[in-house]
Amino acid sequence: MTTLVIAEHDNSELQASTYSTIAAAKELNGDTVVLVAGHNCQSVAEQAAKAEGVDKVLLAQAEYLEHLLAEDVEKAVMAQEGDYSHILAPASTFGKNMMPRISALLDVQQISDIIAIESDDTFKRPVYAGNAIATVKSNDAKKVITVRATAFDALATEGGSASIENVDAGTHTELSNYVGEELTESERPDLGTARVVVSGGRGMGNGENFEMLETLADKLGAAVGASRAAVDAGFVPNDYQVGQTGKIVAPELYIAVGISGAIQHLAGMKDSKVIVAINKDEEAPIFQVADYGLVEDLFKAVPELIESL
Amino acid sequence: MKILVAIKRVIDANVKVRVKPDSSGVETANVKMSMNPFCEIAVEEAVRLKEKGIASEVVAVSIGNQQCQETLRTALALGADKAILVKTDDALEPLAVAKTLKKVVEQEGPEMVLLGKQSIDGDNNQTGQMLGALLGWGQGTFASEVEVEDGKTKVTREIDGGLQTIELKLPAVVTTDLRLNEPRFASLPNIMKAKRKPLDEIALADLGVDTANRTETISVENPPERSEGIKVESVAELVEKLKNEAKVI
Ligand SMILES: Cc1cc2nc3c(=O)[nH]c(=O)nc-3n(C[C@H](O)[C@H](O)[C@H](O)COP(=O)(O)OP(=O)(O)OC[C@H]3O[C@@H](n4cnc5c(N)ncnc54)[C@H](O)[C@@H]3O)c2cc1C
Ligand SMILES: Nc1ncnc2c1ncn2[C@@H]1O[C@H](COP(=O)(O)O)[C@@H](O)[C@H]1O
Repeated sequence: MTTLVIAEHDNSELQASTYSTIAAAKELNGDTVVLVAGHNCQSVAEQAAKAEGVDKVLLAQAEYLEHLLAEDVEKAVMAQEGDYSHILAPASTFGKNMMPRISALLDVQQISDIIAIESDDTFKRPVYAGNAIATVKSNDAKKVITVRATAFDALATEGGSASIENVDAGTHTELSNYVGEELTESERPDLGTARVVVSGGRGMGNGENFEMLETLADKLGAAVGASRAAVDAGFVPNDYQVGQTGKIVAPELYIAVGISGAIQHLAGMKDSKVIVAINKDEEAPIFQVADYGLVEDLFKAVPELIESL
Repeated sequence: MKILVAIKRVIDANVKVRVKPDSSGVETANVKMSMNPFCEIAVEEAVRLKEKGIASEVVAVSIGNQQCQETLRTALALGADKAILVKTDDALEPLAVAKTLKKVVEQEGPEMVLLGKQSIDGDNNQTGQMLGALLGWGQGTFASEVEVEDGKTKVTREIDGGLQTIELKLPAVVTTDLRLNEPRFASLPNIMKAKRKPLDEIALADLGVDTANRTETISVENPPERSEGIKVESVAELVEKLKNEAKVI
């Protein structure tokens, strides 16, 4: 048995989600091979080779793989000749985008967003916005899986010494072409891996008021997140959204400010270690999951909190 | 151009889903069902493309039991021209849904298939991408903006880092994200009109697709509960607790 992990990266850094996916792969029997598909990404392959638990790295480079478009990544993965029992990728927008294509071409029913591995063919995954946890057994010969990064502790990034092999990069389908990107620039830690997350909801009132949360975040070395309502209202960009259909976070400390706690929001943060809620409505459902709840107007509480840190 | 929209009937987003005591699944008896919210967004987008004169016909398709007719009628009331129910009493997995949709695409010949990015029951986020691969088409997933011009479509996608724009050759698959549009409500006259719009039925068995399940659900359980927390009276108390009790700051 051998597991193939499809690496998520930006052609210079191997993303944290990949290390978590490697950790999941190590819970399966057999070797772990990492495929780095991209452009000018030799350094990513070197990082993967150093990661704990990696037995071999495959490096597929081509100019058209620079933006990791789903159709081209599909071709690069399908070009690999090894016989893999399991193919894993992070359940990030990268993995969600390309992995089902591979699954369909292999005639395999993908198992999405796993949070635990029971055995080589049986996995746990949340359904209905985390209202239920399903244990699912795959009867396909190969398993195609996306991994919820927050559910698997990343292994060490150093210590390994896997070999790197250059492999076939498939073909450029030209079905889709990259036009551009508008990425959120931030000095703060990444939402998915931050130790502390401060999130704001509709209660923030507008985008300018989010500066208050940013100041709080800077004091705590935190990332800033948001509810769907705050994103829909244009207070913050889409990549701030935490929840069932946004990002999943599980920091040491999650501070929800002016967020009611709809089930779709809870789905993205209720595995946080400590949850703090600041809301002026004592009936808000967020208090049902909060370890520490403060019933107060956020425009009074947040400045005070900033002051006292 | 013709647009096919795939819609799924799911437990309404506002229902508090309950796990069955025997761990076999979730309670569905007497539970409100609705169109999957991402599919509503897909229908809305298709109808807007028609209103702009870009789409010539919008066909809604759902694979499921007889009750899916109701969901398809909603799509017709929202502006779809025609609906197709592929009837089955089995709950199909995304791969089987994608294979079935491929057959429908071959019969209908659309230039674009619009789907939701995710169904809110299974949270799979697979079907559109699988369909794209099976058809050999390009895909624009998690769309927050769709433009169609000169046999191509430009799709802005919500990705983890922000937004990405790609250009796809048509025909193509597009899956919707929350910010693509705000779906309208069906007006009463349109609900009445929808009753007269064509709704065809095909038996899944007649399509000759292998839709056997590949996975078994061993159990469905409640998520671990969080132990009950406390209310603090002031910011000072909160800070004290976070420092000395939780030790997280
Ligand atoms: C298909 C689908 C997918 C979804 N996906 C997601 C998702 O991924 N993530 C997500 O977050 N949501 C998601 N939602 C939306 C979700 O159902 C809720 O609508 C949303 O989370 C509400 O956001 P909110 O708590 O900010 O707003 P509200 O529910 O309006 O709550 C605002 C809160 O702020 C409080 N407040 C207001 N003013 C103040 C003040 N001055 N001081 C203190 N408190 C104040 C209020 O008491 C209230 O509790 C989804 C919904 C659907 C249908
Ligand atoms: N039974 C179905 N009938 C029609 N469309 C479906 C069905 N199941 C899934 N879809 C489509 O696929 C999308 C994504 O679903 P999923 O891959 O299950 O998360 C949905 O939003 C629908 O557009």
